Amino acid sequence: MRWGVVVFPGSCDDQDVFDSLKREMGQKVKFLWHKDELAGHFDCLVLPGGFSYGDYLRCGAMARFSPIMRGVEKFAQDGGVVLGICNGFQILCEAGLLPGALVRNAGLRFVCQQVWLRVEETDTPFTSQLKKGQLLRMPVKHGEGRYHADPETLERLGQNRQVLLRYVNAKGKSSLPANPNGSLDDIAGVCNERRNVFGLMPHPEDACSKLLGGDDGLKIFSSIAAACELKSGAHG
Amino acid sequence: MRVKIFVSLKNGVLDPQGKALEQSLHTLGYNEVRDVRMGKFVELNLQAGSREAAEVCIREMCDKLLTNPVIENFQYEIEG
Repeated sequence: MRWGVVVFPGSCDDQDVFDSLKREMGQKVKFLWHKDELAGHFDCLVLPGGFSYGDYLRCGAMARFSPIMRGVEKFAQDGGVVLGICNGFQILCEAGLLPGALVRNAGLRFVCQQVWLRVEETDTPFTSQLKKGQLLRMPVKHGEGRYHADPETLERLGQNRQVLLRYVNAKGKSSLPANPNGSLDDIAGVCNERRNVFGLMPHPEDACSKLLGGDDGLKIFSSIAAACELKSGAHG
Repeated sequence: MRVKIFVSLKNGVLDPQGKALEQSLHTLGYNEVRDVRMGKFVELNLQAGSREAAEVCIREMCDKLLTNPVIENFQYEIEG
């Protein structure tokens, strides 16, 4: 399968995503410059973390108008698998590909720490190899990661089971100190209704090797790989 | 014409910056201060044939880029 990693001015986790996929998993990966049009065949596009356009105005507000985003939006509309990590999540929300918005952390501090995440749904490409209720350990590093959506949107997210990951404590329970940024309903990651676009604040690419303290992040990438290979196999 | 655009967080969106400011103002002795909310201010020159055309343009720019309708409201003033 073929992965594309979009590089915006100010992206800084693009190389880590590339290395996780290529070095740790032996996947085919290509960098995609934000000013280019999307061209070629891809199975999954990743919007990495960082500070695109210096986070000016709002995080992701300007990146969502980069030329490549037209192709990313079309790719998503056609059912392509799109993953947004941290700043990538913010860009997908700004672009309207995901519901809600990410705003300043409740504690006003930039948070950089390991968190526990509980897998809430498994019928998506991003969680296909995981079990419901399974705990993952990954780092977060952001200043604007508090998930916000109006009450109607939150209700719809619940009905459609679009919350894929929640911040929890080491026992898998919801708790105030376990939520690093004040996100509503402890939401760490949501997908769209069609379940082919997913954004999360934690960084799977920073948890890709035991040497880095854990490789739970690879479980997200390998879920995507397995789901895409199944899909391409089914289509011959 | 000169346009001034004021962007504010919608009611219901927690504003930790506003809360921190309020606490600081209380520390300075301004205990009568309540409900501080932080916003953004954008100023720009706009060439438009009429006030109506300018308003259409301002609203479009606010919806597309200058604000995020999920979390923010806007108001504007047109001078000249």
